[in-house]
Amino acid sequence: MESVNPVRKFEIPYRLNRFFGRVALFGAVIAVVSPAIFVFFWMLSLSLKNEIDNIAYPPVFIPAPPTLDNYIKIFSESNYVLYAYNSVIVSGMATLIALLVGVPAGYGIAKGKAQGLGMLIMVARITPGLSYLIPLFMLFRALQISGTLLALTISHLVITIPMVVWVMISFFEDMHPELEEAALTDGCNVWQAFYRVAMPIARPGIAVAAILAFIQSWNNFLFGVVIAGRTTRTLPVAVFNAMTFEQLSWGPVAAAALVVTLPSLLLTIFVQRDIVTGLAAGSVKG
Amino acid sequence: MEITSRALVAQRKKAYSRRGVYLWFIAPAVAVIFAVIVFPWIFTLWMSVNDWRIGSEIKFIGLENFATLATNTRFLSTIPRTLYFTVLAVILPVILGVFAAEVFHQNFPLRGLLRGIYVAPMMATPVAIALVFTMMFHPQVGVLNFLLSLVGIPKQLWVYSADTVIPTLALVEVWQWTPLVMLIVLGGLASLPTEPYESAVIDGANQWQMFRYITFPLILPFLMIAIIIRTIDALKSFDIIYVISQGGPGTASETINIYLYLQAFSFLQIGHASAVVVVFFTIILALAIILLVARERLRWNR
Repeated sequence: MESVNPVRKFEIPYRLNRFFGRVALFGAVIAVVSPAIFVFFWMLSLSLKNEIDNIAYPPVFIPAPPTLDNYIKIFSESNYVLYAYNSVIVSGMATLIALLVGVPAGYGIAKGKAQGLGMLIMVARITPGLSYLIPLFMLFRALQISGTLLALTISHLVITIPMVVWVMISFFEDMHPELEEAALTDGCNVWQAFYRVAMPIARPGIAVAAILAFIQSWNNFLFGVVIAGRTTRTLPVAVFNAMTFEQLSWGPVAAAALVVTLPSLLLTIFVQRDIVTGLAAGSVKG
Repeated sequence: MEITSRALVAQRKKAYSRRGVYLWFIAPAVAVIFAVIVFPWIFTLWMSVNDWRIGSEIKFIGLENFATLATNTRFLSTIPRTLYFTVLAVILPVILGVFAAEVFHQNFPLRGLLRGIYVAPMMATPVAIALVFTMMFHPQVGVLNFLLSLVGIPKQLWVYSADTVIPTLALVEVWQWTPLVMLIVLGGLASLPTEPYESAVIDGANQWQMFRYITFPLILPFLMIAIIIRTIDALKSFDIIYVISQGGPGTASETINIYLYLQAFSFLQIGHASAVVVVFFTIILALAIILLVARERLRWNR
């Protein structure tokens, strides 16, 4: 009999262990990801089924056959094109204004070491949205612009400006100052150093700030539900109203919910890696 | 010698004047921030010391709004309820988020795609998510009760019972925000050194021991950040609760924020609501400071 190789004897259980390790890992991956997949799947499933299947019990999981009726219904019977337009205008303008004032501010705070303003922005970010809403609501009434897209855009600045300034501060602080220093020594003024040197380098940071601010503004429900009028509703407000008025028609509500959230999800793909910077930068540095 | 010091002075003067220039970069933002952020803060303080209802006359009443709040049982009961919701919506995401981060720290096929899907809930529109959950929670035909019945658990009332409404709402919050904790901890895991693990393997430590004695202490600072952000966000949670339960059944899920909203925009009690804002803001700020101090302590003890 040949002697049993001690190394081999050791290796077999090791491999088994690794196999079980793989199985356990796949089990864990499925356990971790399935709640997210299931909720989005269920949203899609509800939106592609007719009303009978949607309230059937046991539930119908796979729409057979899938129908686009719910989508056709929300766009033909309700004013979703208008609501989508409102959302694009409000979030787009609020993001644009936030970039115009926020990018230079982020640069100024990072270079001029204006910690006080950084602190102010931080407190602004932990303040509940409702705290801004009551005074702004009163102000808009006094100015008689309540219910207009202008009022909505102004209120959304509360969301977009702190977001843009935060992302830009951390971006400009991490940037190497050598290039601008060189530009300044070569006779550029501070504005030119910012506009011609720092801004082009910061373009990816500006893109991240813009996308994160836009998503936060797009997702916002609170400001819209209080300030918007009947024709100036943003998408989240419109979807919420659909739920209260058509209590049991689940298909159209699910279709509308998917239409509202799809732009946010698509934009997220571009900023996946920077989400933490945007949402947590303030606290990480503080 | 003379020349260098003169040059230094000139340089410093230049840097000083440059600081002044940077103020011009900040000025437009400061103007807007004062209009939409600082003005509301100050105006809220002013409204909170007045008897201010939409449609009737405004009267200065000092701290009376706060005195009324201190004896208002409906308001007082919102505080423990909010804290209950917050505790659930902080602890569960922290535990699940650490587990998920450990999973995504491993190597497996399609990791990038699956991480993208896992992160999607936190960027989704809360109202849309809340509506889908509302349908899933339906006691008779909701899909969640069906899934529970498959494993032999009886039908739940979810948000339709005063006993389960808060944990159920917290569940939605957990579903949506665990990914943020995961991302923060994942960043922490990526920065860990490998040497301690190598020597632990040689010493025969098992997986749990390695996590408990090496990984956990090293990711604790990241966890603290996650806890701070999660606490502030959970206290402020509005969309999910308002859309799914509107504070009901009865007032069983009326958190501070929901109470505040109803007072201001359903009952138009602007002065009263502003006093609530001041109290609410103080609670958030106090908790944020306590957590920040705890984080500093932790840093010094290490």
